[in-house]
Amino acid sequence: GWEMLQLPLVVTAQVDLLLVLVSLLAFWTRLSHLSYPNAVVFDEVYYGQFVSLYMKRVFFIDDSGPPLGHMILAFGAYLGGFDGNFVWNRIGAEYPSTVNVWSLRLLPALCGALCVPLGYLLTLELKFSHLSALGAAVLLLLENSLIVQSRFMLLESVLIFFVLLAFFSYLRFHNAPSSSWSRYNWLILSGVSCGAAVGVKYMGLFSYLLLLVVASLHTWKLIGDKTISHMNVCVQSVHRVLCLVVVPVLLYVFWFYVHLSFLNRSGPHDQLMSSAFQASLQGGLSRITRGQPLEVAYGSQVTLRSSVSQPIPCWLHSHKVNYPIRYDNGRGSSHQQQVTCYPFKDVNNWWIIKDPGRQQLVVDTPPRPVRHGDVIQLVHGMTSRFLNSHDVAAPMSPHTQEVSGYIDFNVSMPAQNLWRVDISNREAESEVWKTILSEVRLIHVNTSAVLKLSGVSLPDWGFRQLEVVADKLFKAHSSSLEWTVEEHRYGTSQEQKEREAELHSPTHIDVDRKISFWAKFVELQWKMLTVKQEESEHKYSSSPLEWITMETNIAYWLHSSTNAQIHLIGNPVSWGVANLSLLAYQLLAVVYLLRRRRGLKDVPDGVWDQFVCLGCVCVGGWLVNFVPFLLMDKTLFLYHYLPALCYLYLLSPALLEHAHTHLLRYAHQLQHVTHQRALCVGALAVLLSIFLTYRTFCPLTYGSPELSAHQLQGLKWRDTWDILYRRR
Amino acid sequence: MAKAECTPKWNTLALRNRKTCPTPEKSFQTTFTPVSKDKNSQTAGHLAGGDTQSSNGPSGQFLARESIESPSKVLLMLVAGLSFSTRLYKITEPPHVCWDETHFGKMGSYYINRTFFFDVHPPLGKMLIGLAGYMSGYDGTFPFIKPGDKYENQNYWGMRGFCATLGSFLPIFAYLIVLELSNSCTAAIIAATLLIFDTGCITISQYILLDPILMFFIMAAVLSMVKFNQQRYRSFSASWWLWLVLTGINLAGALGVKFVGLFVIILVGLNTIWDLWRLLGDMSLSLVDIAKHFLARAFALILLPLILYVTIFAVHFVVLNKSGPGDGFFSSAFQSRLIGNNLHNASMPEYLAFGSTVTIKNLRIAGGYLHSHWHLYPEGVGARQQQVTAYLHKDYNNLWVVHRQQDNNSQSGNPDLVRHGDIVRLEHKETTRNLHSHLHEAPLTKKHFQVTGYGINGTGDANDLWQVEVCGGQKGDPVKVLRSKVRFLHRATGCALYSSGKTLPKWGWEQIEVTCSPYLKETPSSQWNIEDHINPKLPNISLSVLKPNFLEILLESHIVMFRGNSGLKPKDNEMNSKPWHWPINYQGLRFSGVNATEYRVYLLGNPVVWWINLASLGLYLTMVAVASIATQRGFSLGQQRIEHSLVLVRGGGLLMLGWLLHYAPFFTMGRILYFHHYFPAMLFSSMLTGLTLDILFRSADLLLHPPYSYWFQRAGQLLLLFSILYR
Repeated sequence: GWEMLQLPLVVTAQVDLLLVLVSLLAFWTRLSHLSYPNAVVFDEVYYGQFVSLYMKRVFFIDDSGPPLGHMILAFGAYLGGFDGNFVWNRIGAEYPSTVNVWSLRLLPALCGALCVPLGYLLTLELKFSHLSALGAAVLLLLENSLIVQSRFMLLESVLIFFVLLAFFSYLRFHNAPSSSWSRYNWLILSGVSCGAAVGVKYMGLFSYLLLLVVASLHTWKLIGDKTISHMNVCVQSVHRVLCLVVVPVLLYVFWFYVHLSFLNRSGPHDQLMSSAFQASLQGGLSRITRGQPLEVAYGSQVTLRSSVSQPIPCWLHSHKVNYPIRYDNGRGSSHQQQVTCYPFKDVNNWWIIKDPGRQQLVVDTPPRPVRHGDVIQLVHGMTSRFLNSHDVAAPMSPHTQEVSGYIDFNVSMPAQNLWRVDISNREAESEVWKTILSEVRLIHVNTSAVLKLSGVSLPDWGFRQLEVVADKLFKAHSSSLEWTVEEHRYGTSQEQKEREAELHSPTHIDVDRKISFWAKFVELQWKMLTVKQEESEHKYSSSPLEWITMETNIAYWLHSSTNAQIHLIGNPVSWGVANLSLLAYQLLAVVYLLRRRRGLKDVPDGVWDQFVCLGCVCVGGWLVNFVPFLLMDKTLFLYHYLPALCYLYLLSPALLEHAHTHLLRYAHQLQHVTHQRALCVGALAVLLSIFLTYRTFCPLTYGSPELSAHQLQGLKWRDTWDILYRRR
Repeated sequence: MAKAECTPKWNTLALRNRKTCPTPEKSFQTTFTPVSKDKNSQTAGHLAGGDTQSSNGPSGQFLARESIESPSKVLLMLVAGLSFSTRLYKITEPPHVCWDETHFGKMGSYYINRTFFFDVHPPLGKMLIGLAGYMSGYDGTFPFIKPGDKYENQNYWGMRGFCATLGSFLPIFAYLIVLELSNSCTAAIIAATLLIFDTGCITISQYILLDPILMFFIMAAVLSMVKFNQQRYRSFSASWWLWLVLTGINLAGALGVKFVGLFVIILVGLNTIWDLWRLLGDMSLSLVDIAKHFLARAFALILLPLILYVTIFAVHFVVLNKSGPGDGFFSSAFQSRLIGNNLHNASMPEYLAFGSTVTIKNLRIAGGYLHSHWHLYPEGVGARQQQVTAYLHKDYNNLWVVHRQQDNNSQSGNPDLVRHGDIVRLEHKETTRNLHSHLHEAPLTKKHFQVTGYGINGTGDANDLWQVEVCGGQKGDPVKVLRSKVRFLHRATGCALYSSGKTLPKWGWEQIEVTCSPYLKETPSSQWNIEDHINPKLPNISLSVLKPNFLEILLESHIVMFRGNSGLKPKDNEMNSKPWHWPINYQGLRFSGVNATEYRVYLLGNPVVWWINLASLGLYLTMVAVASIATQRGFSLGQQRIEHSLVLVRGGGLLMLGWLLHYAPFFTMGRILYFHHYFPAMLFSSMLTGLTLDILFRSADLLLHPPYSYWFQRAGQLLLLFSILYR
């Protein structure tokens, strides 16, 4: 035993103390007093509802982004034991003691804190010195807006974390010697981070595309390298494609897979989805439709749901009220029974499918199924009127035909109530009309117009229900023309009274219907991209050009009784530095480029490559994360600028270092030293003022201490900022 | 010219290749073999090697033959003949107004009648249409009310013929451009054939539309640019200057017809930057030479088009000097120069007084008159009170009466003038509601307050009071009609009456939102002027109003045009098409003929042509990728292949860029889009097809044995021709 102890027990570890220091500071600034304020802050009200739905495993659809971000937030909530029982309805509402606020906010704050050391490491990978890296880390550390955005249940910090991680690991891969195989771990990590970044917010796509461009430039160089064998080039290229394209795509699909397999209960957003999708969720439609007969037959009683969910999902409907003889604008109508689309379940949504050649309204044994191309009549269950259309202008869309429940007024307006069944998603020509699965167009036989939901609300005489018309076919593919049978049963009663009783009774019988994951994925993705909520201006929304100069702020939270408040306001000095370095880089790049083109090489090739790489990542990153917003027609907020801003914070210190080592070289030897000293002193002064401004805005960043109205007035550095004062 | 120089080079090159074949063949073979392993035949190397040798015979001769001047001239004549005959055939059919002829024909008539109108496009196209009509004896009396109206005895053939003539130049230009870029008659003839027999191109050229004129200028600009590029070794020669200046002129023409011309300007701009970059790298040129090059281009491609463009507008304003349907879109000052407008040589009371009836116009350009009507804000949009909007057209609902804080009793004698700082109540004349604001969110601009009409017969509440402030004035200054900029500050909340410029949804009749802004910065949006002023108790004086200068008019009309363009939002029932529909020829555009019995015209591309174009785009990208990877990887290619890949990358790249520039921007546009917007892009796409297919046929020897490859080449060309003719 004695000999064992004699052995030199040596642990050699190199610890970058600077890195450790900035990390600790980052954790301290992001994580301290995380559960204050104990109230719903700004968009927590939005993300919170999804977290609750995750906890209850209820299906939802959110068009703001893919599900990974929500899942991360939900995971945090799960760790804290949140049960989903909290109503997120108002900013500023106090959390009850049962909600573990700290754990809700923990993951975004961790991601936000890790951004700081990542910025440090990324600068090192861009081949700049530790001092520059420290500068970048300090800029990120003392940026008030990043702190605010990290400390709450929001997604920007998570996005920025993954984006920085992707770039860091890619550059790590690129800088590693090509002989080492372990560097491919970095490439895989980069691909995974890309997949995660895109999975958190669609905005991650911009950075991902930039990374792809950088990677393909590097690959292009590789292809041109004639010292490497063809085989080697192929293998390396394939690796890159696998890691940077295939992995992210698979991951992106995987997030949806988790999302869909996790959320298996029906919920508030069901109605946006197709009937088949809804039937795959527990509860909701599947409870109603479980066990319905699959094949629609003559005599079937059905409800017909419009396939389009704009403006709201609804069912073909009629009721015992006629179209007014004259509309407000003086046009006349047929005065027959109204046919509308009604967004609620109702006994008046039932229709019976009738064979035009026979009188009976019950299903034969065995049932005679309706097939694609068959001509049918539709009888309204409660009023026994036939679905009819004719050459009369529709009430709200006069370029289309009116659809009515036919009443014979003896005015030489004969019934035109034959409809041909056209199954648009058929696989065979004589396919049977299937419940839920078939999307059907009803083509009016006399005029070859198609039954269509126009999407317009009728006025008061139509009880504000939606207008249904028949339209001559213009567009081959339009889901407003398609209808699905949702509830379905075989009718058994020939008498009207019995039938009415039958219609009132609930449906039952059992079968299980499944749609594949891919069908669900495609449908959900398509709905997410196309569902448009009414975009309207928000009190704190802003336009992209206002972000550069930070003309706006966002009030996140105001204490219910005092002046304590939290605002998304950046550190004005840092923003100035960022803008300045952006300009300086562009100017310098233009000068360098022009002079190089004339054969004047100001800097050695190695330094030039470093300078170009810096520009590609940082200026490129700013461009791709900013310019697209100029073209977007969405409600935008200041926090959309934060990813772009982070790139500029990486740029500033690196550019300063470049100027320090390479630009000042031209000065006279003595001046050279003085200039360098001046630059250092200037940089220090800027850092100091950044720290001081950070301290100044701390009360608005952390929400404490409370400031007096006078002090708040003093913090209003710009007239356009909206700082709240409570009247005492 | 360039071609004459080229011909001997090509010949000697082919000859040299043939003579010295054995040696390069060896090296070619050895370097080529490793790659061909993938292609599963060890003999491919031999084949490829043999190919260059033997296929040089036919293709060398072929090249020599086609680059002789006369066949290319004959072909050009053929292209011209076919092009004119297809476009001008049955030009007068159908004898009624088709689709947008209702707009552009009408605007042509406006020029002949010299009445002022407003349109979202710059004036050159319509001026040319008007001119063509005037020359061919059309008198401008046909009203062009709606599509389907019969022309009867009007001379409309002149205008249609003019458009069709310009449209006929498109295949000719395409032929010349592709010939310049690829130096191959085959490529040129393919491109021209595609365009000649494309039904869409024929249809769009045959009617009174802006598109043929626009495309004429676009193609002419590209042609001049390409010709100019060929002159690069003869800098500052006469022909160099000629093509440079022609490029500039055509750019101005393209932009003068439609703002889509901007895309071709970008194309030329990028090409010029690339060219200058090349010159900058040429160390044999001194900086002074480069500066000369730069200045010459700056003059011909920036200054000259700008001058021409401004001239077009100058002519436009000089010609149109009578009041017409476009007046309301413009400011009071602008209107005063139109004969027949009520502000032209107007006479009205000079100073605003209590009891006057006025119209109040916002100072934003295209800002509209303060307006109200018998409709309430719908539920959920602020308080359910009467709407107040800004409206661009002249209307009785624009009239407001200026009252004191509480009067309504009769005024005796001379009415008091309204002065800076006075409190007024503005009563809407038709509905007798007061202009009112309160602490509810405005309908669209949520940061502002809602403005409504409130009260009845002038009785309202304290929220109906507004303080008049003359901008730059002092307390007690009177308000001058037309000339004073006035702000209305809400007494109770301190906000300023503001027009946001956003279009209200259907419930607001797509008029412009009016709000009360709590931000008191002085912007034109919050400033108003008093335009009409009626007060029988005051003497009218003649106002020699401020005549705006030309630059102001120019600026104003541009802002109005841009606003108008972005205001063209798709409406529910209109046929709106999406950009991705276009290249696949998804859905056409009905030009005329609603009823089954009538003569129908439908704008739809020739499916064969369009699908070939689409396929060629993919093909082109693949070929460029293969070619550039081969070059980058350093495979030694035959001389001929290097030429091919250069044509692909340079010429094809230019056309591809043109296609992208004329297509991609539409994806980001919010305005309503139509199928015909794709046609400029389609021209580029067709030229690219010509170039790509030609090189594909010529590279067939990579895969096939020598005689077959030549047959394949011929067969491919013939097949293409037949399939296009077949439609």
